[in-house]
Amino acid sequence: MKGISREDVRHLAWLAKIELSAQEEETLSKQMADILNYFKILDKIDTKSIEPAYHVREVKNVFRPDEPRKANPDEILKLAPAKKGRYVKAPKIV
Amino acid sequence: MKMQSAWEIAEGVRKGSISAVEIVEEFFERIEKHDKEIRAFITVSKDSAIQQAKEIEKKRREKKLGRLAGVPIAVKDNICTRGIETTCASKILKGYIPPYDATAVRMLKEEGAVIIGKTNLDEFGMGSSTEFSAFFATKNPRNLNHVPGGSSGGSAAAVAKGLSAVALGTDTGGSIRCPSAFCGVVGVKPTYGLVSRYGLIAYANTLEQIGPIANNVIDAALLLSCIAGHDPHDSTSIGENKDYTKFNSSAKKLKIGVPRQYFGEGTQKAVSDAVWRAIKKLEGEGAEVEEIDLKSVGYALASYYIIAMSEASSNLARYDGLRYGFQDSSGARDWSTLFSKDRKAGFGFEVKKRIMLGTFALSAGYFDAYYLKAQKVRNLIIQDFQRAFKKFDVLMGPTMPTTAFKLGEKTVDPLAMYMSDCDTVPANLAGIPAASIPCGSSNGLPIGLQIMATPFEEGKMLNVAKTLEDILGVYAE
Repeated sequence: MKGISREDVRHLAWLAKIELSAQEEETLSKQMADILNYFKILDKIDTKSIEPAYHVREVKNVFRPDEPRKANPDEILKLAPAKKGRYVKAPKIV
Repeated sequence: MKMQSAWEIAEGVRKGSISAVEIVEEFFERIEKHDKEIRAFITVSKDSAIQQAKEIEKKRREKKLGRLAGVPIAVKDNICTRGIETTCASKILKGYIPPYDATAVRMLKEEGAVIIGKTNLDEFGMGSSTEFSAFFATKNPRNLNHVPGGSSGGSAAAVAKGLSAVALGTDTGGSIRCPSAFCGVVGVKPTYGLVSRYGLIAYANTLEQIGPIANNVIDAALLLSCIAGHDPHDSTSIGENKDYTKFNSSAKKLKIGVPRQYFGEGTQKAVSDAVWRAIKKLEGEGAEVEEIDLKSVGYALASYYIIAMSEASSNLARYDGLRYGFQDSSGARDWSTLFSKDRKAGFGFEVKKRIMLGTFALSAGYFDAYYLKAQKVRNLIIQDFQRAFKKFDVLMGPTMPTTAFKLGEKTVDPLAMYMSDCDTVPANLAGIPAASIPCGSSNGLPIGLQIMATPFEEGKMLNVAKTLEDILGVYAE
């Protein structure tokens, strides 16, 4: 890892869907490089024969009955910043 | 000031010697008097609290009171409370009023606890000082020039100052234990899966748990007893309902392991001295104490931050400003631009940084070197703890390497801030329970001792905590 350029920062920001100011881009390129450099400490530890631990407990396929419950859609809709009638207003996707 | 303990309040309310309404009003008087300088609360819910207290009075006549009858409780503002604004200390959720209660909150209400307000935190739990709240910083009640710790800084400060009898915090990498140590109170991070996370607004969901913050071990145990248990709404919750308030003297015969790695170079001498003094006292009572090595713990911090940031980048993708939360008003017409603008104005810098780093660690070309590597190291840490617990009942060390640092001391240096979590993150990676209890002070600032146990051995862990509290005395201002 050679460091994080402004261009790298912009690409990641695009992936993460966060607009950044020029000042934020600059600070991030420096701070992210420092932090990623610290993370390289993990290279010192041999993990060739080790499985990743995605979860601390092996809980698999937890099911529950598919039963409808009472809900209040108006209470949920109230939270949307932009609406048209009983629909959430969103920008054009395609 | 003599703190009123939660269990004494509940007992008094049940017997009728204390009025729930009066006790709640008393706490609001203290909030009005002291919270201007401490700033523990984002929202104070006085009207609904008085209403709840009145209902408890009514129930008393019918003799149907729960284990926390009339106990004022503060709830960290990343835990959903029906009808009370829940912000995560973020602009992106300003004005969000949850249409449901988190399971832990519902269980507390069923036991008669009264929600008096929502406490400050580092935005989404991302920080160790509560300075990264989008609204304001909370101050340490023991010394106003110092941070209360984080991210549950508001909850710990409120309990330490007597603004609430008890509080709920959340702990992703130390966020209950760090502020508990810095403010001189008791904090418990339960075993992963013991307490439902339903209604806890996710930051890093394989690491975090809701847990109690209290002025004494009995209160913490009582609160934990009321929120533990399986919840169909959280498929990772597998805990049982248990009563953790039964204590005995068996702690004096336990085998205690003290990992050297918890006394690393950044550890203040006053901290290691106070922790060792407490351990020696337990040894004097008959416990067996042995120093051990937990080598992988030295890699825990890097592994933790990679995993937490990766999970955060995925969890926080939901904030698009459409269904709830902050929406940019510039009228951007394509979704990519609108979402990017919502998130630009809605998230603070630390949150953006962690999302960016998580996005990096999960991106093509870097996944194996960062995320996968971190998960493998996590496995080594889990195995190290498993080996240690074959020999020892509990492990002990400092909660934090230092006492509370000064406001502003670490906000410009992210790595320095992250490093302060070195002793708390291993328990989250391994999913084991860990508690912090006060064990002394240095220049008026409290020092926390950390106790760790095997999964679902909270009973044993709290028993040790109670024994130590009896020996050392409750932290007094």
